[in-house]
Amino acid sequence: MSEERQLAGDLISEIEAITRRIGRPLKLMEVCGTHTVELRRSGIHSLLPPAISLVSGPGCPVCVTPAGYVDNALSLAESGRAVIATFGDMLKVPGTSGRALSSLSGRGLVKLVYSPTELVAIARASTLPVVFLAVGFETTIPTAVSALLEAREAGVSNLLLYTAFKTVTPALRFLLASRDHGIDGFILPGHVSVIIGEKAYDFLTEADGRPGVITGFEPLDMLVGILLLARQIEKGENRVENAYPRAVRAAGNPRARAIMEQNLEPRSDVWRGLGKIPGGALALRPQWAGSDAEKRFALPEAKDAEAPGCLCARVIAGKALPPQCALFGRRCTPDDPVGPCMVSSEGTCAAYFRYGAHR
Amino acid sequence: MSGEPLVRLEHGSGGALSRDLVESVIYPAFASDAYPELADAGPLEPGSDLLLTTDGYVVDPPFFPGGDIGRLCVFGTCNDLAVCGARPLSLSLAMTVEEGLPISQLQKALDSAASAAREAETRIITGDTKVVPKGKGGGIFLTTAGVGRRVFPHRLSPVRVQPGDAVIVSGPLGAHGIAILATRESLPVGGSLRSDAAPLFPLASVLFPLGESLHFMRDATRGGVSAVLNEAARGASWGIEVQEDEFPVSQEVRAVCDLLGLNPLEIANEGVLVAFVAGQAAQRALDSLRSQPLGAQARIVGRVTAQDAGTVIMVTSIGGKRLLDFPRGLLLPRIC
Repeated sequence: MSEERQLAGDLISEIEAITRRIGRPLKLMEVCGTHTVELRRSGIHSLLPPAISLVSGPGCPVCVTPAGYVDNALSLAESGRAVIATFGDMLKVPGTSGRALSSLSGRGLVKLVYSPTELVAIARASTLPVVFLAVGFETTIPTAVSALLEAREAGVSNLLLYTAFKTVTPALRFLLASRDHGIDGFILPGHVSVIIGEKAYDFLTEADGRPGVITGFEPLDMLVGILLLARQIEKGENRVENAYPRAVRAAGNPRARAIMEQNLEPRSDVWRGLGKIPGGALALRPQWAGSDAEKRFALPEAKDAEAPGCLCARVIAGKALPPQCALFGRRCTPDDPVGPCMVSSEGTCAAYFRYGAHR
Repeated sequence: MSGEPLVRLEHGSGGALSRDLVESVIYPAFASDAYPELADAGPLEPGSDLLLTTDGYVVDPPFFPGGDIGRLCVFGTCNDLAVCGARPLSLSLAMTVEEGLPISQLQKALDSAASAAREAETRIITGDTKVVPKGKGGGIFLTTAGVGRRVFPHRLSPVRVQPGDAVIVSGPLGAHGIAILATRESLPVGGSLRSDAAPLFPLASVLFPLGESLHFMRDATRGGVSAVLNEAARGASWGIEVQEDEFPVSQEVRAVCDLLGLNPLEIANEGVLVAFVAGQAAQRALDSLRSQPLGAQARIVGRVTAQDAGTVIMVTSIGGKRLLDFPRGLLLPRIC
């Protein structure tokens, strides 16, 4: 038996022992989409005692972006007002009409990018404004903003951002404020925490908070995260622990945080399935009005709407699991998705479809 | 998505959409009572010992570390025959060439095909040449058809697979696809990555003495081992359980896959076969494969089980269980 498997076995035995002593079902939320995928890819869900259920949180950026945002992007491209630049995931997300940006492929209206570092060159080569679909959490926000800074330095004025930037901690506060959340602890996102730092989660230690453990992405990292949560729950604590110290510092990444603070300001935007989250979004500050696609093209507020039968909204809120959706695996597959949770490689439905729900 | 269904690049990836296209559009056009299975190679007429197969090659770039389109078009077609238990006899070669291609490049590809044919102990005996206008083709496209003589008398098919069978992979995975990707994207991964393109008949034939214990073989090309296992298990009354730690993967391939978020089990190979062998013959099969240079790293990666019918279950490195699904989405276009 490999050393890794041995260690995993030891961790699981301890988790089992603690859960037995706690004597009630535990609901742990993995906030980050990468955790959702890695927990299933490594088969951890199949090893945990049945008393522990893992639910996904609102941590997949594509999933929490409302359908109305796609409508606005489609309208910009189709009316010839701008060229849309986007990561691959957003291409397949259906708007409220069921149509996705991929329906425009081959017409030169939509450019696929792998990294925001490509944006300046794309804008320079374009006669039209280039609008980047700036979707993401703190992990990707600084690089998207950097592209704008780089464009200004290079004298390129036709690069715009259509921001759907989201921040993690307001969403957690929002979830905790709902009476029936039922969450016993949070597996906190490793990558986002690299930027925002351990201290950003201090609110979890307040009276109606819950324990949180900043967790890495290797199988053993995730088992340690779950074990530390179980220990806190048994002792009735709610502390924030950093189980990913090789990457996460107390204050995060000051340079990345400065880029965000100087150029962006908090706003209350609609999250798919959750509604308006106070301060849960970041928008460009007024000094960037000319590069803000929303202002420049007077785009209407992105509305939230679900395709008939789609449970993405409840899945994102941790209130339903993918197999409970009648469309899952039948009408909705990664090759022909209905909702964003099946589109995104970080989406909960895609992870369940791909790796199964074995126990 | 709404509108008329269009062919997508994913239809050529060797994954779930490729399978759907074959099942919904291609089989219905050609399947008949005499040929219900439409396998990778079929008898020239029902009951014949002569098998026919064909394959098209669109690899981009046409020359890459460890091989080129000329070698691929010979080995690929010969390998389809080999895993059906047939010794390759003769090939045809049709070329579709784009206007403006340097003739020296065509020459180089064809010289390579001729040398590959000698290596595989076969010959190219007929062919065809077409030229398409500049911008309407992809440089060089080659299509070969091959005829082989069946030398293994028993049927090789997923229908002969049974619970208890061992699943054997003949060599390290992912080398071909990753070598192409590294060349195409100019990845700085060093010069050690080479395509594994090789003729598989010598390797397949060391398994023939297993007789009835050899149940099914397939070369793991587009879609990788993952596609082979899922295709075999699809609709079956049994399932497959594989061990993540047992798959042979080189450090270089693993490093590139980790970097790009790829799964080595979904990457194309051109010199790896997967064999399903009765449990009691598994060790003998493994020893035979390992006696060959190409099979030196052969491994038993899993077993056929009576549970989880129709699916492939992976036991992960920490002992967890999860599905090993058909490859999905756009894998690597134009990989062979």
